[in-house]
Amino acid sequence: MSDTIEKAPSSGGAQKVSQINEVVIRIAGNSQDGIQAIGGFLARLAGRSEQEVMTFMTIPSTISGGPSIFQVRIGSGEVLTPGDDADVLLCFYQHSYEGHINSLKKKGIVLYDSDHVVPKPEWETEYHHVGIPISSLTVEAIGGTAKDKGKNIYSLGLIAKMFDLNVPKLEKLLGERFTGKDPSILNNALAAFHAGYANSPSNVVETFQITDSQKKGVQQVVMNGNEAIAYGIIAAGVRFGAAYPITPWTDIMEILRRELPKYGGSFIQCEDEIASVAMALGASFAGRVAVTGSSGPGIALKTEAIGWAVMAEMPLVVINVQRGGPSTGMPTNIEQSDLNIAINGGHGDSPRVVLAPANVEDCFYMAIEAVNLARKYSVPVFFLTDQGIATRIEAFAEPDLEKVCQDITPDFTPVATHKPYDLTAKDGVTHHVKPGTRILDGKYPIATGLEHDEYGHPSGSPKVHMLQNAKRRIKLQALGATLPVPKIYGPPEGNVLLVGWGSTEGPIREAVDRFRAAGDSVSAIHLRHVNPLPNGLENIFSGFNQVLVVEMNDEGLYGYGQLGAVLRARYCDPKIQGINKTDGLTWKVKEIIEMVKSKGRK
Amino acid sequence: MSQTLTEKPVVPVATTETATGERKALTRKEIVADHPTWCPGCGDFSVLALYFKLIEKRKLWHEKITTISGIGCSSRFPYFVQAHGAHFIHGRALPFASGVSLSRPDLHVFAFSGDGDAFSIGGNHFTHTARKNIKMTLVVMDNQVYGLTKKQTSPTSPLGFKSKTDIWGAVDYPINPAKQAIAVGASFVARTSASNPNHVLATMEAAMDHDGFSFVHCLSECVEFYEGAFDSANPRKGGVFNEVPKSHDVTDEMAAYKLASADFPGNFGVLYQVKKPTKNAREAEIVHSLQSKFVGQKDWQILKKSFDRMK
Repeated sequence: MSDTIEKAPSSGGAQKVSQINEVVIRIAGNSQDGIQAIGGFLARLAGRSEQEVMTFMTIPSTISGGPSIFQVRIGSGEVLTPGDDADVLLCFYQHSYEGHINSLKKKGIVLYDSDHVVPKPEWETEYHHVGIPISSLTVEAIGGTAKDKGKNIYSLGLIAKMFDLNVPKLEKLLGERFTGKDPSILNNALAAFHAGYANSPSNVVETFQITDSQKKGVQQVVMNGNEAIAYGIIAAGVRFGAAYPITPWTDIMEILRRELPKYGGSFIQCEDEIASVAMALGASFAGRVAVTGSSGPGIALKTEAIGWAVMAEMPLVVINVQRGGPSTGMPTNIEQSDLNIAINGGHGDSPRVVLAPANVEDCFYMAIEAVNLARKYSVPVFFLTDQGIATRIEAFAEPDLEKVCQDITPDFTPVATHKPYDLTAKDGVTHHVKPGTRILDGKYPIATGLEHDEYGHPSGSPKVHMLQNAKRRIKLQALGATLPVPKIYGPPEGNVLLVGWGSTEGPIREAVDRFRAAGDSVSAIHLRHVNPLPNGLENIFSGFNQVLVVEMNDEGLYGYGQLGAVLRARYCDPKIQGINKTDGLTWKVKEIIEMVKSKGRK
Repeated sequence: MSQTLTEKPVVPVATTETATGERKALTRKEIVADHPTWCPGCGDFSVLALYFKLIEKRKLWHEKITTISGIGCSSRFPYFVQAHGAHFIHGRALPFASGVSLSRPDLHVFAFSGDGDAFSIGGNHFTHTARKNIKMTLVVMDNQVYGLTKKQTSPTSPLGFKSKTDIWGAVDYPINPAKQAIAVGASFVARTSASNPNHVLATMEAAMDHDGFSFVHCLSECVEFYEGAFDSANPRKGGVFNEVPKSHDVTDEMAAYKLASADFPGNFGVLYQVKKPTKNAREAEIVHSLQSKFVGQKDWQILKKSFDRMK
C-alpha cells in the first residue's frame, strides 16, 4: 500500500511539507453548494497530471437541496476504488460534519466552515480540526450580494494550498469551465480561488505533495461512466436513438441529443419508455442500428418490445443504468438488481446478450462492443451499468479515435434472394436486408413478433416454433464460445475465489490485495460478458475451495444473488455462495473482507 | 464520415435492369403476398385492394414500400403485401414507423392500425406522433369492435353496443378519432369508408402526398361481430355518403372541428389539412446547423474535439 497522510514522512519544521502517494478527500454539503464542481476540478487536474483518479458521489433524489457528498481519490499509483475512508473531510454544515466524521481516518483532517459548524470536543482529540469561516471569507473575497455562492471555489483554493496543487493548471480549468459566460463570473471564481489559496490558517501544521505519477507521458481523458457510454456509442457509428428521461440514465440521452447532430444523427425524446424502444427498433429495422436506454421502472416498461426484438432478430442496444428497486425504489442509489430482468425480462424464451462494464474506460470500449454484437448476431444487447459507475469520474488513456471510430452506414445493394430467418444459416446467425433494398426474386421479408417461417410469415407449426426457438438460442451459444475467459486476479489456485460483475471490480481487487498481504489465499475474476457467459469458468472454479459471488443485490429466496443463481444453475456446484448487500452504496473494501471472513471455510 | 440521417441513401442499380434503365411499374400479381386471413366480407379486404391500386397507380417499387402495423385484425396487413414490412407489438406501430421515417428520408411509411390498436392501447402515441408532425400516413381501419379477440367493446364502440365485455350495452363514451386528431395537431385529417373504394384510393393518395403526419380514419365493417355498423354511411344499404362540402376551408381548424363533430355518419373526405414543418425537417435543420461547424472533418476528428475538452 502506498503512503497516505497518516504515515507520511515529515520533513520537520513548523509547516511541514510531506510527500504522499495518494489522498482521499470527501466533500460534504448540500446538493446546491457546487461540491461536485470541486470534485470535478480535482479529478480533471489529476487526469492532466497523469495521475490515477476515481470519484464517488451521492445526490439526493429531491428536486432541490438535500445533503450530498463527493469523494475523490487521487494517486500516483493504481487507484481501484474511491477509497473506504477519507484523509480529509471538507464539511460545510453541522449535518455534513456529524454525518461524515465516521468516514474519516483517525487523525485525519476536518476542514470545516466555522460559520456553520460547531466542532464537538470529543472528536477534536481524534481528528485534526481546522476551522475556517469559509462562507464569510467568500463573501469578503467576492464582495457584493454574492451571498456564499462561490464557497466551493474558495474551498478549492484551500485544498490547492494544502496539497500544493498546480495553480496554473487549476486556473486554466476554471477558465475553461466558465468560458463564454459573463466575464465577471470567471473573475469572481478566480478571486474566490486565490483568496482561499492565500488563506493560511494558523493551525495548519502540515502541507502535502502528491508524488509524481508512475505513468508519465500518457495522455489521459477524464470523464464519468455516462459520458464514456455516450461517446462510445458515437464512436461505434450509431446515429439514431430514442429515450425518455429517468434518473440516472438521463445524462446519456442529454449528451446524445446534443452531440449526435454533429455527426448527422438524431436522438429523439419520446412520449414514454415504450415509444422510445419502439422508435429505436424502427430505426434498426430501417438499417440504422439504434440505441435506447433507461433505469429502473423504465426498463420494465420496455421489456415487451425487447421480446419483439429477440423474436424478430432485430439489433438494438439497451443501456440500463441500474438503480435501487423494485418500483420507484431508490432512484439515486446503487444496486445491481437488474441482472435478472436483463437476462430474462419479458415473456417467453427470449435469449439476448448482456454486457457489464467494470470501469469508466470499459464504458467507452464496451459500448462499441455492444453495438457490434447487436449487429453481428441480430439481437438486442443489454448494457448494464449502475448509478455508481454512471457518476464516477475516472481518468484513462485517450483512445486512438481514428482507429476506434466506425462507419456503419447501411448497405442497400440488391440481393438475389433473402430469407430473414433462414434455418440453415451457420450458427443460426442471419441478418436483415433493410427497406430500400431490392430483392430480385420478388419475395420480400416481414420482421415480426409472431412465430414465423423463414421468410417471416406467420406459422403456428409446433416444429417451426421448436426450430426457430433453437435458432435464437444457438446463435448466442455460438457467441458464448467466442468469449474470452476472464483473467484471474491473483494466483489460479487457492482458498477463495471472488466473482464479481459490473462496477464492483475495484473494491474486489483491493480486497484481494489486502487478503494476500495478510497471507490469505484469495483471488478474483470479473465477468464483463454476463449472458451468454464465457465457457471454461468451471476450470477456474476447480482451483479454489470456495467461490463467492460478490453482488449489490439481495440474497434471494434461496440464498444466492442474481449472478450467483445463474452460476449455480450452470455449474451445479455447491461451493458457489453469495456475498450480497443492498444498502444502496458502493462496496467498501472492508465490507467485502468482513463478509468473506464470515462466509469463509478455513 | 458515416452517412447522415438527412441524406437519401444511394441505392445501387440492379444488374437485371433493362438497357434503358427503365423499370416497369409493379403489377398486382407482384405486390400480392399471403392470402388474407380476414373473414369473408370484412371491410379490410377493400382497403388492402386499394393499397395495391395505390402502389400500381403511383408506380411504387417494392423496395420503396414500407408497411408497418401493430396488433389486431387490421394489423395483419403487412403479411399480405409483397414488400418490406414489419408487424410490431400492440399499439406501438406509430413510434416504430416514426423510427423508420426519421432515419430514412427516402421512404414514405404507411402504418395500418385498428381502433383498439390506435386509440386504446396506442392512444398516447397517436397524440404525440400527430403533435410532432412526423412524416408518414396512418390508416386506421375502424370497425368499432375488437374483432381478433371476438367481440369486446372498443374505444369507438357507440354507447349501448352489446359486446362480451358489455353484455348490457357499452357504458363508456366513444372517442371521435377525427376530432381528437385535429385537437392534438395532426396536419392532415381525413375520413373515408371501405365501402366506397374510389374515395378510399383518393384519400390515401392525398394522404401520401401530404408532407407531414397524415391520418386517414377509414370505416371498415366487421361482418362477424358488428354487422351493419356503417349501413347509414352506405348508399347500397340505404344510407348516405356525404362528402365534405366544397365550401369547406380545410385549413380552418374550427370549421374542421365542427365538421368532424357532426352526428354519425357525418361527412367524408379531407376535413383538415395545413402545411407546417415536420419533425423530420426540424431535425434536419438541427443537423445542418451543427454540421456546418464541422465541414470537412471526419467523425473521429469531431469526437477528438470533445475529448480534448475532457483532458
